[in-house]
Amino acid sequence: MSPTQRLEAFLDRVPYVRFLGMRAELAGDEMTATLPFSPHLIGNVTLPALHGGVIGAFMEMTALAQLSVVQPSAKVHKTIDITIEYLRPGKAMTIYARADVRKIGRQIANVHVEAWQETRHKPVAALRGHFMLSGT
Amino acid sequence: MNMSPEALRETARHMVETVPQASALGFRLLSVEPSKGSILTPWREDLVGDPDTGVIAGGVITALLDHACGLAVTSMGAQHGFLATATLDLRIDYMRPAAPRADVTAQAHCYKLTRNIAFVRAHAFDSDPEDPIATAQAAFVLKRAEAG
Repeated sequence: MSPTQRLEAFLDRVPYVRFLGMRAELAGDEMTATLPFSPHLIGNVTLPALHGGVIGAFMEMTALAQLSVVQPSAKVHKTIDITIEYLRPGKAMTIYARADVRKIGRQIANVHVEAWQETRHKPVAALRGHFMLSGT
Repeated sequence: MNMSPEALRETARHMVETVPQASALGFRLLSVEPSKGSILTPWREDLVGDPDTGVIAGGVITALLDHACGLAVTSMGAQHGFLATATLDLRIDYMRPAAPRADVTAQAHCYKLTRNIAFVRAHAFDSDPEDPIATAQAAFVLKRAEAG
Protein backbone atom coordinates (compact mmCIF):
# COMPACT_ATOMS: atom_id res chain seq x y z
CA MET A 1 0.00 0.00 0.00
CA SER A 2 1.13 3.56 -0.68
CA PRO A 3 1.41 6.00 2.24
CA THR A 4 -1.85 7.68 1.14
CA GLN A 5 -3.65 4.31 1.05
CA ARG A 6 -2.34 3.44 4.52
CA LEU A 7 -3.60 6.77 5.85
CA GLU A 8 -7.01 6.32 4.20
CA ALA A 9 -7.22 2.78 5.59
CA PHE A 10 -6.53 4.05 9.12
CA LEU A 11 -9.10 6.88 8.86
CA ASP A 12 -11.73 4.52 7.42
CA ARG A 13 -11.45 1.71 9.89
CA VAL A 14 -11.46 3.59 13.21
CA PRO A 15 -15.08 4.41 14.15
CA TYR A 16 -14.02 7.12 16.63
CA VAL A 17 -12.27 9.04 13.79
CA ARG A 18 -15.68 9.27 12.09
CA PHE A 19 -17.38 10.29 15.37
CA LEU A 20 -14.96 13.24 15.61
CA GLY A 21 -15.27 14.01 11.88
CA MET A 22 -11.50 14.05 11.50
CA ARG A 23 -9.76 14.06 8.10
CA ALA A 24 -6.12 13.99 7.06
CA GLU A 25 -4.07 14.62 3.93
CA LEU A 26 -0.55 13.83 2.90
CA ALA A 27 1.68 16.25 0.99
CA GLY A 28 4.76 14.14 0.28
CA ASP A 29 5.63 12.69 3.67
CA GLU A 30 4.01 15.55 5.59
CA MET A 31 0.55 14.90 6.98
CA THR A 32 -1.92 17.54 8.07
CA ALA A 33 -4.95 16.44 10.08
CA THR A 34 -8.10 18.55 10.00
CA LEU A 35 -11.04 18.58 12.38
CA PRO A 36 -13.83 20.70 10.85
CA PHE A 37 -15.95 22.51 13.42
CA SER A 38 -19.14 20.79 14.47
CA PRO A 39 -21.49 21.74 17.34
CA HIS A 40 -21.00 18.37 19.09
CA LEU A 41 -17.32 19.24 19.70
CA ILE A 42 -18.15 22.18 21.98
CA GLY A 43 -17.09 21.95 25.63
CA ASN A 44 -17.97 25.47 26.74
CA VAL A 45 -21.17 26.99 25.35
CA THR A 46 -20.70 30.51 26.72
CA LEU A 47 -17.27 31.23 25.18
CA PRO A 48 -17.87 29.14 22.93
CA ALA A 49 -14.84 26.81 22.98
CA LEU A 50 -13.94 23.33 21.79
CA HIS A 51 -13.84 20.65 24.50
CA GLY A 52 -10.29 20.24 25.84
CA GLY A 53 -10.70 16.49 25.65
CA VAL A 54 -11.64 16.77 21.97
CA ILE A 55 -8.45 18.73 21.24
CA GLY A 56 -6.41 16.14 23.16
CA ALA A 57 -8.14 13.23 21.44
CA PHE A 58 -7.71 14.87 18.01
CA MET A 59 -3.95 15.27 18.60
CA GLU A 60 -3.71 11.66 19.86
CA MET A 61 -5.47 10.40 16.72
CA THR A 62 -3.16 12.63 14.63
CA ALA A 63 -0.15 10.89 16.21
CA LEU A 64 -1.70 7.45 15.52
CA ALA A 65 -2.55 8.43 11.93
CA GLN A 66 1.02 9.63 11.32
CA LEU A 67 2.36 6.37 12.78
CA SER A 68 0.06 4.36 10.51
CA VAL A 69 1.83 6.07 7.60
CA VAL A 70 5.43 5.69 8.74
CA GLN A 71 5.11 2.33 10.49
CA PRO A 72 2.75 0.09 8.48
CA SER A 73 0.84 -2.40 10.59
CA ALA A 74 -2.28 -4.48 10.22
CA LYS A 75 -3.26 -3.40 13.73
CA VAL A 76 -3.76 -0.04 15.40
CA HIS A 77 -0.72 1.13 17.41
CA LYS A 78 -1.41 1.62 21.13
CA THR A 79 -1.02 4.73 23.24
CA ILE A 80 1.25 4.31 26.30
CA ASP A 81 1.16 7.87 27.63
CA ILE A 82 0.37 11.38 26.47
CA THR A 83 0.98 14.83 27.92
CA ILE A 84 -1.25 17.60 26.63
CA GLU A 85 -0.39 21.28 27.07
CA TYR A 86 -3.21 23.74 26.54
CA LEU A 87 -1.94 27.06 25.22
CA ARG A 88 -5.06 28.91 24.05
CA PRO A 89 -8.80 28.26 24.09
CA GLY A 90 -9.91 26.28 21.04
CA LYS A 91 -12.36 28.52 19.17
CA ALA A 92 -15.54 27.25 17.52
CA MET A 93 -13.80 26.77 14.18
CA THR A 94 -11.73 24.22 12.25
CA ILE A 95 -8.62 22.95 14.02
CA TYR A 96 -5.50 21.51 12.34
CA ALA A 97 -2.67 19.36 13.63
CA ARG A 98 0.67 18.00 12.51
CA ALA A 99 2.65 15.21 14.10
CA ASP A 100 6.43 14.94 14.29
CA VAL A 101 7.69 11.39 14.86
CA ARG A 102 10.80 12.12 16.96
CA LYS A 103 11.96 8.54 17.30
CA ILE A 104 10.88 5.10 16.20
CA GLY A 105 12.45 2.28 18.17
CA ARG A 106 11.85 -1.44 17.87
CA GLN A 107 8.80 -1.31 20.13
CA ILE A 108 8.10 2.29 21.00
CA ALA A 109 7.65 5.56 19.12
CA ASN A 110 7.93 9.07 20.54
CA VAL A 111 5.66 11.59 18.79
CA HIS A 112 5.10 15.33 19.23
CA VAL A 113 1.92 16.98 17.89
CA GLU A 114 0.95 20.62 17.58
CA ALA A 115 -2.57 21.92 16.90
CA TRP A 116 -3.52 25.35 15.61
CA GLN A 117 -6.49 27.26 14.15
CA GLU A 118 -5.98 30.65 12.48
CA THR A 119 -2.21 30.58 12.27
CA ARG A 120 0.40 27.93 12.91
CA HIS A 121 2.45 30.46 14.84
CA LYS A 122 -0.21 30.56 17.55
CA PRO A 123 -0.69 26.93 18.55
CA VAL A 124 -3.82 26.06 20.50
CA ALA A 125 -2.33 22.97 22.15
CA ALA A 126 0.57 20.55 22.00
CA LEU A 127 0.90 16.86 22.77
CA ARG A 128 3.87 14.61 23.48
CA GLY A 129 3.32 10.88 23.63
CA HIS A 130 4.75 7.39 23.57
CA PHE A 131 3.12 4.67 21.50
CA MET A 132 3.58 0.90 21.49
CA LEU A 133 4.08 -0.25 17.93
CA SER A 134 2.04 -3.22 16.71
CA GLY A 135 3.71 -5.84 14.53
CA THR A 136 3.30 -5.70 10.76
CA MET B 1 -20.08 30.72 49.30
CA ASN B 2 -20.97 27.17 50.25
CA MET B 3 -23.30 25.44 47.87
CA SER B 4 -25.92 22.98 49.08
CA PRO B 5 -25.39 19.36 47.99
CA GLU B 6 -28.52 19.70 45.82
CA ALA B 7 -27.23 22.84 44.08
CA LEU B 8 -23.81 21.24 43.58
CA ARG B 9 -25.42 18.18 42.03
CA GLU B 10 -27.50 20.35 39.72
CA THR B 11 -24.40 22.28 38.58
CA ALA B 12 -22.57 18.99 38.06
CA ARG B 13 -25.45 17.44 36.15
CA HIS B 14 -25.54 20.47 33.86
CA MET B 15 -21.80 20.17 33.26
CA VAL B 16 -21.85 16.42 32.62
CA GLU B 17 -25.05 16.01 30.67
CA THR B 18 -25.74 19.22 28.73
CA VAL B 19 -22.29 20.31 27.51
CA PRO B 20 -22.50 19.38 23.80
CA GLN B 21 -19.40 17.14 23.66
CA ALA B 22 -20.30 15.44 26.97
CA SER B 23 -23.82 14.80 25.73
CA ALA B 24 -22.52 13.54 22.34
CA LEU B 25 -20.39 11.00 24.21
CA GLY B 26 -23.37 10.02 26.39
CA PHE B 27 -21.69 10.97 29.71
CA ARG B 28 -23.66 10.26 32.90
CA LEU B 29 -23.02 11.85 36.28
CA LEU B 30 -22.45 9.14 38.92
CA SER B 31 -21.51 11.26 41.92
CA VAL B 32 -20.20 14.64 42.97
CA GLU B 33 -19.02 16.07 46.28
CA PRO B 34 -16.66 18.94 47.09
CA SER B 35 -13.30 18.12 45.40
CA LYS B 36 -14.50 14.86 43.84
CA GLY B 37 -16.50 13.78 40.82
CA SER B 38 -17.32 10.58 38.98
CA ILE B 39 -18.63 10.15 35.42
CA LEU B 40 -19.56 7.12 33.30
CA THR B 41 -19.38 6.85 29.53
CA PRO B 42 -21.44 4.01 28.03
CA TRP B 43 -19.81 1.83 25.36
CA ARG B 44 -21.01 2.61 21.85
CA GLU B 45 -20.13 1.17 18.46
CA ASP B 46 -19.23 4.59 17.02
CA LEU B 47 -16.74 5.30 19.84
CA VAL B 48 -14.55 2.27 19.11
CA GLY B 49 -10.83 2.89 18.53
CA ASP B 50 -9.77 -0.58 17.43
CA PRO B 51 -12.30 -2.37 15.20
CA ASP B 52 -10.45 -5.69 15.66
CA THR B 53 -11.25 -5.75 19.38
CA GLY B 54 -14.29 -3.45 19.86
CA VAL B 55 -12.40 -1.54 22.56
CA ILE B 56 -13.46 2.07 23.17
CA ALA B 57 -11.02 4.66 21.69
CA GLY B 58 -8.26 6.19 23.78
CA GLY B 59 -9.58 9.58 22.69
CA VAL B 60 -12.87 8.92 24.47
CA ILE B 61 -10.96 8.07 27.67
CA THR B 62 -8.98 11.31 27.22
CA ALA B 63 -12.17 13.37 26.94
CA LEU B 64 -13.73 11.50 29.88
CA LEU B 65 -10.71 12.02 32.17
CA ASP B 66 -10.46 15.70 31.15
CA HIS B 67 -14.14 16.21 31.91
CA ALA B 68 -13.97 14.35 35.26
CA CYS B 69 -10.96 16.48 36.30
CA GLY B 70 -12.90 19.62 35.34
CA LEU B 71 -15.85 18.40 37.40
CA ALA B 72 -13.65 17.86 40.48
CA VAL B 73 -12.24 21.40 40.13
CA THR B 74 -15.69 22.92 39.59
CA SER B 75 -16.98 21.18 42.69
CA MET B 76 -14.13 22.87 44.61
CA GLY B 77 -15.02 26.20 43.01
CA ALA B 78 -18.45 25.98 44.56
CA GLN B 79 -16.73 26.05 47.98
CA HIS B 80 -13.83 28.39 47.32
CA GLY B 81 -15.32 31.16 45.25
CA PHE B 82 -13.73 30.97 41.85
CA LEU B 83 -15.78 31.20 38.74
CA ALA B 84 -14.06 29.48 35.89
CA THR B 85 -11.10 27.29 35.14
CA ALA B 86 -8.93 26.43 32.17
CA THR B 87 -6.84 23.27 31.77
CA LEU B 88 -3.08 23.96 31.74
CA ASP B 89 -1.92 20.44 31.16
CA LEU B 90 -3.16 16.90 31.30
CA ARG B 91 -1.03 13.78 31.42
CA ILE B 92 -2.58 10.37 30.81
CA ASP B 93 -0.99 6.95 31.27
CA TYR B 94 -2.76 4.08 29.56
CA MET B 95 -2.24 0.89 31.60
CA ARG B 96 -4.30 -1.51 29.51
CA PRO B 97 -7.13 -1.48 26.95
CA ALA B 98 -10.68 -1.41 28.28
CA ALA B 99 -12.54 -4.71 27.99
CA PRO B 100 -14.36 -5.04 24.64
CA ARG B 101 -17.80 -3.41 24.69
CA ALA B 102 -17.27 -2.20 28.28
CA ASP B 103 -18.58 1.06 29.77
CA VAL B 104 -15.87 3.19 31.35
CA THR B 105 -16.02 5.15 34.61
CA ALA B 106 -13.71 8.00 35.61
CA GLN B 107 -13.19 9.24 39.17
CA ALA B 108 -11.34 12.51 39.78
CA HIS B 109 -10.04 14.15 42.94
CA CYS B 110 -8.86 17.75 43.23
CA TYR B 111 -6.30 17.12 45.98
CA LYS B 112 -4.63 20.52 46.21
CA LEU B 113 -5.74 24.07 45.63
CA THR B 114 -3.51 27.13 45.71
CA ARG B 115 -4.74 30.68 45.10
CA ASN B 116 -4.38 30.27 41.34
CA ILE B 117 -3.90 26.61 40.54
CA ALA B 118 -5.82 23.38 41.13
CA PHE B 119 -4.07 19.99 41.00
CA VAL B 120 -6.14 16.96 40.12
CA ARG B 121 -5.68 13.21 39.83
CA ALA B 122 -8.10 10.87 38.09
CA HIS B 123 -8.36 7.28 37.04
CA ALA B 124 -10.56 5.38 34.61
CA PHE B 125 -11.66 1.75 34.94
CA ASP B 126 -14.19 -0.65 33.45
CA SER B 127 -15.19 -3.06 36.22
CA ASP B 128 -12.74 -2.79 39.12
CA PRO B 129 -11.58 0.62 40.44
CA GLU B 130 -8.41 -1.11 41.69
CA ASP B 131 -7.54 -2.24 38.14
CA PRO B 132 -7.36 1.04 36.17
CA ILE B 133 -7.40 1.39 32.39
CA ALA B 134 -5.77 4.79 32.64
CA THR B 135 -4.65 7.37 35.18
CA ALA B 136 -4.45 11.12 34.74
CA GLN B 137 -2.75 14.06 36.37
CA ALA B 138 -3.86 17.60 35.53
CA ALA B 139 -3.32 21.23 36.51
CA PHE B 140 -5.97 23.93 36.07
CA VAL B 141 -5.63 27.70 36.33
CA LEU B 142 -8.40 29.37 38.33
CA LYS B 143 -10.19 32.60 37.53
CA ARG B 144 -11.46 34.12 40.72
CA ALA B 145 -14.32 36.50 41.23
CA GLU B 146 -13.04 40.00 42.07
CA ALA B 147 -12.85 40.48 45.85
CA GLY B 148 -15.67 42.62 47.26
